Amino acid sequence: MLKKATRRQFLKTTTAAGVGILAAPAILRAAGEPLKVGTYGGYFQDSFDKHIYPEFTKATGIEVESISEPTGSAWLVQLQAAARAGQAPADVSMMTQTAATKGANDKLWMPLDSSKLGNTSALPEHFVRKYDDGSIYAIGALSWYITLVTNTEVYPEPPTSWKDMWDPKYKDTLGLLAKVDNSFLLEVTATTWFGGTEIMDTEEGILKVMDKLAELKDNVRLWYRDEGQFQQALESGEIPMGQYYHDVTGLAAADGQPVRSTFPQEGGILDSGSWCLIKTSKMKEQAETFINYMSQTDIQAKLARKVGTAPTVPRELTDLTDEEFAAVSSDIKPIIPRYDLYNSKGDWLNQKWAELIAS
Amino acid sequence: MSAMEDSASGAARGFSLKLLPPVYASVMLGLFFLIPLGIMLAVSFFHRVEGAFYEPAFELTNYARFLDAFFIRILGFSIGLSIAAAVIAVLIAFPFTYSLTRARRGTQIFALVFLLAVLSLSEVIIGFSWSTLLSRTAGVSNLFVALGLFERSAAYYPSLPALLLGLVYLSFPYTVLVLYPALSRLDPELSEAARMMGASPVRTFFTVVVPVMKRTIISTIILAFVFTLGAYILPQTLGKPPHWTLSVHITDQAIFEANLPFAAAMAILLLLVSLVMVAITLLVGKEDAVGGKA
Repeated sequence: MLKKATRRQFLKTTTAAGVGILAAPAILRAAGEPLKVGTYGGYFQDSFDKHIYPEFTKATGIEVESISEPTGSAWLVQLQAAARAGQAPADVSMMTQTAATKGANDKLWMPLDSSKLGNTSALPEHFVRKYDDGSIYAIGALSWYITLVTNTEVYPEPPTSWKDMWDPKYKDTLGLLAKVDNSFLLEVTATTWFGGTEIMDTEEGILKVMDKLAELKDNVRLWYRDEGQFQQALESGEIPMGQYYHDVTGLAAADGQPVRSTFPQEGGILDSGSWCLIKTSKMKEQAETFINYMSQTDIQAKLARKVGTAPTVPRELTDLTDEEFAAVSSDIKPIIPRYDLYNSKGDWLNQKWAELIAS
Repeated sequence: MSAMEDSASGAARGFSLKLLPPVYASVMLGLFFLIPLGIMLAVSFFHRVEGAFYEPAFELTNYARFLDAFFIRILGFSIGLSIAAAVIAVLIAFPFTYSLTRARRGTQIFALVFLLAVLSLSEVIIGFSWSTLLSRTAGVSNLFVALGLFERSAAYYPSLPALLLGLVYLSFPYTVLVLYPALSRLDPELSEAARMMGASPVRTFFTVVVPVMKRTIISTIILAFVFTLGAYILPQTLGKPPHWTLSVHITDQAIFEANLPFAAAMAILLLLVSLVMVAITLLVGKEDAVGGKA
């Protein structure tokens, strides 16, 4: 269970994992080096190892070495440091949107050849990220929702709105993500109480949203960086409510755990991961083949079925049934994170956020 | 401490052949301590490129950012917390180790092996175990309910006492293992003499053993202090956000914000402040010793 719970977690062993990856001897094979692909360690990686990589190798002849990566920003720091040393701990990595942008600002990603990425034409524009000169550096891999989750034994009736998190009757019961740019709680607060994230256009507006968010602090039992920390507490009922990943919650419920994920009426938070190729990689062609392969509509449908993530291609293009689609997504308009802000005033936001929760 | 003194006097005794150990020591010290520290010091002056990484430069902005009520408060809290944890750990460990050195050899070996085993536990395991023990659903309060002491079970974490408990637990084995050699070398004739002159065992402990071991006690507290200052998982698991120590914030900056220059600056400042505190403690200890002789 714990292993499953460690997808985007701040790996307890972040440093150990990093050192391990950097220190691992390069695995050389007769047929050449395999393509190193990084995904979030734990259940995510297991699903890719089991359902995706073997068939990719069968279809293309390219071997894949699966790399386990910690949460987006932590992995980004490791990649940046490795790139400066001329290393490539992974060729292709799945990055969160914030991390992909920060990497692009540092020119960490190798530009990709659009002629080799024919299948990506089905992707919405925002999933094909480009440098200023028009070259592509990131391709949408998959999407996931962060929703309101509850322990079904403690709360037989599910909450319906993000507003419930402010209700005094939930004192000391919430588990919330501890970082401004992975919890997206400012967007949730803005959408729930201020009619949308437009209020976050100005710093005064953001501070107003923070004041509103501060009102729920008494209800928070745990601000978590480590997913495993919260999932275990949610399942046992120790911390019976909070924000969490829709896909993992669904998987835990399918395993018989007393948990449920609810799309609040204001919408779930829609976040996504993109494939990025580190500039120090020597496997550009293989990486492009991989990214192109992963962008096929039937592979996107397969990810939805096997990994529980939402497809990056429009739903009509997939053969997902209504039921399959409902399991990974919702018709309620999602809350889209203000990635632009984490890019333009990330340090200011982080400082204000730290002061907000640590005081 | 004593090991350092030994090697220092050893180097002074011989000059020609014995030059090798100090050279070896300096090279290792340089390789594994000074060079990394130098890199960190350099990075702490680098320029943070917001939304990207950093570039070489020489600026004091990272240090200036720290001079803010928010971080000063965190620094003060971190130091206070570590001192409290170190003092409590030594308060428990000293009498424990003293009685241990007077126990049978078999008991001593068993206790030391057990402590070494505890030492092998990572901060993560310790944090996770204590959070379970202190939880509402599976923790000790359920035992109290079963015994009829409480009406309903309660959660004791996250809280400051829970965090202190975790830190004391983490540093206890270290303090015992540092105190053990000194206490077992303590000349039994000292306490025997006190006993022969009619002092009770408790009186002997406080008027003979503790004063004789004063310097050892102080250096053990310093060691435990420095050790707990580096803890960054326990404050997250057992403490509330106001209890997150500077180490947690350094980790946040380094791992999550990719702001290595600021993380390095905070680490350097934390290092300096701890060094100053250690120096003050040693100076005070020295003055006392001189005063005692006079």
